[in-house]
Amino acid sequence: MSSEDFRSLLPLLILAAASILLLVVIAVRRDHRLVYYLTVAALAAALAASLIPVEYSPRTASPLLVIDGFSLFYSALLNAAGLIVVVLSYTYLRPLREQMEEYYVLILLAVLGSVILAASRHFASFFLGLELLSVSLYTLVGYMVRSRDRSMEAGLKYLILAAAAAAFLLFGMALVFYEAGQLGFSGIGKYLAEAEALSLLIITGFGLIIIGIGFKLALAPFHMWAADVYEGAPAPVSALVATVSKGGVVAVLLRFYSEVDGYQFPVLALLFSIFAAASMLGGNLLALLQDNVKRILGYSSIAHLGYLIVAFLSGGAMAAGAATFYLVAYFITILVAFGVVAHLSSGEQEAEKLEDYRSLFWRRPGTAVVFTAALLSLAGIPLTAGFIGKFYIAAAGAQEGLWVLLFILAASSVIGLYYYLRIIMAMFASAKDPAQRIAPLFSGVGLLLVILTVALVWLGVFPQAMLDMINEWVAG
Amino acid sequence: MILVWLITILMGGGLLAWGAGFINRSWPRWIALAATLASFSLFLAFAFSVPGIGLGQPGDWLAEYNAPWIPAFGVQFHLAMDGLSLLLLGLTFITGVLAVLVSWTQIRERVGFYYFNLMWILAGIAGVFLALDLFLFYFFWEVMLVPMYFLIGIWGYENRIYAAYKFFLFTQASGLLMFLAILALYFIHGKTTGNFTFDYPELLGAELPTRTAFWLMLGFLAAFVVKLPAVPFHNWLPDAHTEAPTAGSVILAGLLLKTGAYGILRFVIPLFPEAARDFAPTAMALGVLSILYGAKLAFAQTDLKRLVAYTSVSHMGFVLLGAFAFNIIAYQGVVIQLLAHGISTGALFIIVGCIQERIHTRDIGQMGGFWQKMPGMGATALLFALASLGLPGLGNFVAEFLTLLGAWQASILWTALAALGLIFSAVYSLRIVQRVFHGAPMAKPNLPDLNVREWLIMAPMILLIFWLGLYPGPVLNSADAPLRNILAPFAKEESSIGIAPEEDGLSLSLQKPETEKRKVINSK
Repeated sequence: MSSEDFRSLLPLLILAAASILLLVVIAVRRDHRLVYYLTVAALAAALAASLIPVEYSPRTASPLLVIDGFSLFYSALLNAAGLIVVVLSYTYLRPLREQMEEYYVLILLAVLGSVILAASRHFASFFLGLELLSVSLYTLVGYMVRSRDRSMEAGLKYLILAAAAAAFLLFGMALVFYEAGQLGFSGIGKYLAEAEALSLLIITGFGLIIIGIGFKLALAPFHMWAADVYEGAPAPVSALVATVSKGGVVAVLLRFYSEVDGYQFPVLALLFSIFAAASMLGGNLLALLQDNVKRILGYSSIAHLGYLIVAFLSGGAMAAGAATFYLVAYFITILVAFGVVAHLSSGEQEAEKLEDYRSLFWRRPGTAVVFTAALLSLAGIPLTAGFIGKFYIAAAGAQEGLWVLLFILAASSVIGLYYYLRIIMAMFASAKDPAQRIAPLFSGVGLLLVILTVALVWLGVFPQAMLDMINEWVAG
Repeated sequence: MILVWLITILMGGGLLAWGAGFINRSWPRWIALAATLASFSLFLAFAFSVPGIGLGQPGDWLAEYNAPWIPAFGVQFHLAMDGLSLLLLGLTFITGVLAVLVSWTQIRERVGFYYFNLMWILAGIAGVFLALDLFLFYFFWEVMLVPMYFLIGIWGYENRIYAAYKFFLFTQASGLLMFLAILALYFIHGKTTGNFTFDYPELLGAELPTRTAFWLMLGFLAAFVVKLPAVPFHNWLPDAHTEAPTAGSVILAGLLLKTGAYGILRFVIPLFPEAARDFAPTAMALGVLSILYGAKLAFAQTDLKRLVAYTSVSHMGFVLLGAFAFNIIAYQGVVIQLLAHGISTGALFIIVGCIQERIHTRDIGQMGGFWQKMPGMGATALLFALASLGLPGLGNFVAEFLTLLGAWQASILWTALAALGLIFSAVYSLRIVQRVFHGAPMAKPNLPDLNVREWLIMAPMILLIFWLGLYPGPVLNSADAPLRNILAPFAKEESSIGIAPEEDGLSLSLQKPETEKRKVINSK
């Protein structure tokens, strides 16, 4: 490995080194604040390292990893999301009587796993990244064992289902390897391009890989874990599951599919179409019945990944750009949403019931406005990033003539609107007891939420800069 | 640039009012009044500066603003005003000022946020009337929804939450269908010409296969027919109108419904002339159905506000009927109907609001004999009830007469049936006056007549409805060129029907049309 390889792998190296450093620091002295600052510094450094333009990219840093505009963009996105989650976590965790230092190590490892996924061009790194991500998340989801009843349940559920998904994925990879004799994405792509007819085994292998990915993205019908995990996990971890975990998997899916040209298999396209349709409708319909805001966000995430798959399926020139833009918009939005949940939670009690949000606007107008913006963005209302994202997806789908999926998208968006409006209505409902007005608390987290909301609106009104960046880094 | 200012003043005023609401409870309404008056006077200054209102050449815009917005998608911030937009914008600003005045004392809670929503609805509506980029149009179309939803849901009456949901879901669902149609049009046009754009003048010339054009037209029409609303998509309207605060009802009836009609005239017919002609019999049938069914339901109501709401369905039926008659007389009728209905129904809603503020009910059964105590209000109500039933001399008469005259050329059967609506409207309108203002006086001790502020609101509406009825010439003139542009694809057939273009608008039209010389809008 040359020094340029090291330079290009800098984001990964920073994250890996920082997690080891943190473990050493924790062994010497348990200090929540110190660990927090170190984590923030590590993520910020990795973010900066991803954003510095690398003149020698794309660079295949080994048979396993490729550092190009695509992986750097995703690395930046994932690190930024990780950073925000960490900031949210600090104030959230402080009042709890847990040992929180390892929590930060796990977050770093989860981000690292995700970044590896985004950079991987080989089944080995694909699986390695996925496991690194998953194993960290099992622990993070169940981290609040002492203070929460459902934490353990959620953690176990996630462990069992994700392990099953990993088994599917691994078996699928084995089948593909058996037929193609290759583990690298490009090698498989070459094999497929040369193969006269494709055997049933390789199609089965791809099918199993897709099922494994479907589990990780919580696409219906593999969505069963989503609501329980979102509900049981601490709010910042739910945000991590919604962003970092899904972002990395989407990235690897996009790369894998374009390298092996998966669009040539109509069977797989059909499979994805069914997943997308089931996720959009299922996620939105199931969310209608919920009274728990975290569960609603969980089900809504199923629907949103369904929308994203529509963009992915379009496979045209716009697919990667549309999916990536949507992911950026969704990241910002869902971070704001879970940020509000975390912000309103106090100590042992999470603000997750719809009741907790009743007449919030009259108690904490700032928080309510921020949350409203996030919910409107999730619903895809103009002036928000979610609108442009949904527009981009619809445009990508319309270009390829996926009209059935687009009609389902439109119909399920209307269904989805209902439960977003329900939360909004609850927040704006008049207060029974106006005396319990709480003075707006201005804190670091509050400031972060405001910044994110501004970004949300900014992307909704002036998306051109982000579109240019995505076109240059991801699609280019 | 003035077009941008018209919208920005409203949006900025809204934000300012919201912020001021945290400091002082009476500032927001003054800010809102100032903002609406400012944009209104800016608009008036512009309207009078236009050399010979409405005499602008067809294909020219009175004012235009175009800037790139999202070049990656071919989206432009393209606003433009012609005579049609001018009239509807005038209505928007007048209604806006009145809506602020109506809310003056009625809204006591969360004042800042209320005026923020009010201003943003107006901004969205103004944007809808000005947008010439389909993406921008959809953007404004949605921008007016969310604040309206809040307006109904927070400051409405008993059943407000249900009404707010219903309003939002109906309009959003139909709006998404339009959105898909816009996208399809964008790609079809882009793929055939290589120019991916949402720009309206560009898209006007798009060549579409007949079948595709028909489906796309239905997509657009879905949004507009729900907004209009036409039976059987009118379901959301009575609930939304009834539960909304008075200003909300005034804006709904006066402006929001007009956006549907404007959409049909501006987008459906020029973009898909062939498909629209194929669909015309169905559309006219829906229009007649709305006229008759709306009138019947209006007669059956016991809730005064709901009654007025159903009259809107009936009146807007004339718009649908006229819009699909494809001739200039009917179109002139439609434009006057939009203005006259906005004023007369808005006024009736304000009167209902005044009554409700005094006796705290909308139940007709509990009203009666109000004339003795409130002669001023009674006379005003009688005037607008007469306007609503189409009394000559008032705006609605001109509108309905011209619409029927024009529609007669297109379909005698539907016109004859639609004319029955005039009888029904006499029945329900007189019922309002009779049940509320005549009869045995209700024993309510405290029934003050209209106060100064209320007179101030009513006076311009009374003047306007007389003006439209007695001297509609300027309005007809202003709308003439844009309407002829819309009708350009149908011009040939019009003359083949046997009505010479010189007879257009009878003696009301001050301008001799020169159909041959007129060009399509996009050929500028």
